Amino acid sequence: MKKFIALMLTWMALVGLAHAAGGGGAAWDKAPNRLNDNAALQNGAKLFANYCLNCHSAGYMRYNRLTDIGLTPKQIQANLNFITPKVGDLMKVTANPADSAQWFGAAPPDLSVIARSRAGAGGSGADYLYTFLRGFYRDPARPTGWNNHAFVNTAMPNVLWQMQASMNQADFDNSMGDLVAYLQWMGEPSQTTRKQVGVWVLLFLAGFVLIAWRLNAAYWRHIK
Amino acid sequence: MAEFKTLPSDAPAAQRLLNWVDNRFPLTKLYNEHLAEYYAPKHFNFWYFFGSLALLVLVLQIVTGIFLVMHYKPDAALAFASVEYIMRDVPWGWLIRYLHSTGASAFFVVVYLHMYRGLIYGSYRKPRELVWIFGCAIFLTLMAEAFMGYLLPWGQMSYWGAQVIVNLFSAIPFIGPDLALLIRGDYVVGDATLNRFFSFHVIAVPLVLLGLVVAHIIALHEVGSNNPDGVDIKARKDSTGKPVDGIPFHPYYTVHDILGVSVFLLVFSAIVFFAPELGGYFLEYNNFIPADPLKTPAHIAPVWYFTPFYSMLRAITTEMVYVLMACVVVGAVLGVRHSGLRTLTKVGVVVAAAAGVALLAAIDAKFWGVVVMGAAVIVLFFLPWLDRSEVLSIRYRPSWHRWVYGVFVVNFLVLAYLGIQPPSPLYERMAQVGTLLYFGFFLLMPWWSRLGTFKTVPDRVQFAPH
Repeated sequence: MKKFIALMLTWMALVGLAHAAGGGGAAWDKAPNRLNDNAALQNGAKLFANYCLNCHSAGYMRYNRLTDIGLTPKQIQANLNFITPKVGDLMKVTANPADSAQWFGAAPPDLSVIARSRAGAGGSGADYLYTFLRGFYRDPARPTGWNNHAFVNTAMPNVLWQMQASMNQADFDNSMGDLVAYLQWMGEPSQTTRKQVGVWVLLFLAGFVLIAWRLNAAYWRHIK
Repeated sequence: MAEFKTLPSDAPAAQRLLNWVDNRFPLTKLYNEHLAEYYAPKHFNFWYFFGSLALLVLVLQIVTGIFLVMHYKPDAALAFASVEYIMRDVPWGWLIRYLHSTGASAFFVVVYLHMYRGLIYGSYRKPRELVWIFGCAIFLTLMAEAFMGYLLPWGQMSYWGAQVIVNLFSAIPFIGPDLALLIRGDYVVGDATLNRFFSFHVIAVPLVLLGLVVAHIIALHEVGSNNPDGVDIKARKDSTGKPVDGIPFHPYYTVHDILGVSVFLLVFSAIVFFAPELGGYFLEYNNFIPADPLKTPAHIAPVWYFTPFYSMLRAITTEMVYVLMACVVVGAVLGVRHSGLRTLTKVGVVVAAAAGVALLAAIDAKFWGVVVMGAAVIVLFFLPWLDRSEVLSIRYRPSWHRWVYGVFVVNFLVLAYLGIQPPSPLYERMAQVGTLLYFGFFLLMPWWSRLGTFKTVPDRVQFAPH
């Protein structure tokens, strides 16, 4: 009887765990953390402007925000903004989303907060994107000729294939690490500032807790 | 009416100014009644921080909300972008937004803990019934406030969460579909819905909330605070008429609450600055995708603070309705057989039970799910009359009562967890058992709360000097 109960409990725990794990798609690889590496972020921005920003917008993001990762407005206008005359403009593509939807079967999503929206049980949004961008394979059954391990039957073709063919796997992974880091940074450009400010706020509050604690003790000392 | 007081002309200017005001507005009187001469029991413990913290978070939400409204656009075409505009282009906008979004979750954390304090120390018992009822009304209003506020970022979860919850109203017989239409202002959640939810979220509901908070505090200060021993401190007064176990709220509890506030802010800021999404619980990942009426997400879950109630809603399936019928029948049989009711009342019980079973059979389970979810909140209002124990505080109840409260808390947390998960047959059964336990705790309280050997309540509060 005891054995039976133990078996039932184990079974229930396993079923519960299997439920909790959820399902679908390949496991995600861990994306490298390069949020504090301006060279990587700048390279990512270059890849983003050249490969992504033709079909995808980043419609909540302004070009001149790239000054936060060490670029000058002049550099941005000369090398990254191929679309609009002003460095303060939003990163909006000229392609009509309705046309894109007809060409690919789905409108390419805006990428401003893509890294934030794709997080899940499998890891961070950056992990997903890192797996997705490196997960394309040839599939003649698909209209674009491409399929993806991380997003089965994706409408997106492998726009990076020429680049991928021109370098070895390690270099390609490294480039994708830069691109994903950029997407992650773009999801919340103030995140580095946020953490820096946070350290000072917590230090201040730690001191405040100390003072409040002693002040409270001083008032209550005489209460019997 | 107070008498008009005149001070000698050589009195200090500050004193004369105060006197001038006091002759026209009860400033000193209010200060004394609510702070300097409001006597609170002197042995408040950890659980007594959360009332003042709830007030702090309320102020935080109002202040950050005012600044968010300056930049937010309540328009289906602009809302999502305006939130990102706040996050990127408004100076310190990200901080204001994270304070507000984290504040929403923090509000529920402190309110749940505040309610739990009331539960274990019997703070809802006579003469504090109205304090408790105003509190429950605050909780209900807060739920409405949070629900409508959650639509405003206009992400996928905002949109589909609102769609699911508003659709629930359409399950009400006869008036349901029209009622849902009235709430939405459209056949699906849309621009009209966003605009009215915005209006409710920033004006109507906060006004109600503030009024209720004032009523809650006035009622509390009229009857005085309860305490961990459930002892009435007004029963023992010294020669000057002050409770011997009481202490002036100011400065003793103001300084005490400053300590609580400082620790709270430390934890709160750690989340705001280092984990504002808190693993997808405070800001859901799906909500970074703009609302799309044509694309239903695979899994729609409410924010964590609604999930225990959402679990109970989902638990009411057609099968579960049969269980509810059985509960009604068993209740009626017990009522008729065991109590000393008059014959006429017994007939009434039987008729009511028959009508209840008939209604359960006649109306769709979805409607009963809505009823159960609503009842899960409404039942809290009746707590002062459900609890029949001899003593207020858990400290002097029979030891096994602690297990009852323990099971209640664990069950509530399990229901919260299940509400986040996608539905499955196993989880459905667990949620159904959880729902029965939740209601069993409250509806059977008139019986179980009287059972067991109660301990002697001391005359004085149990205070250990700091």
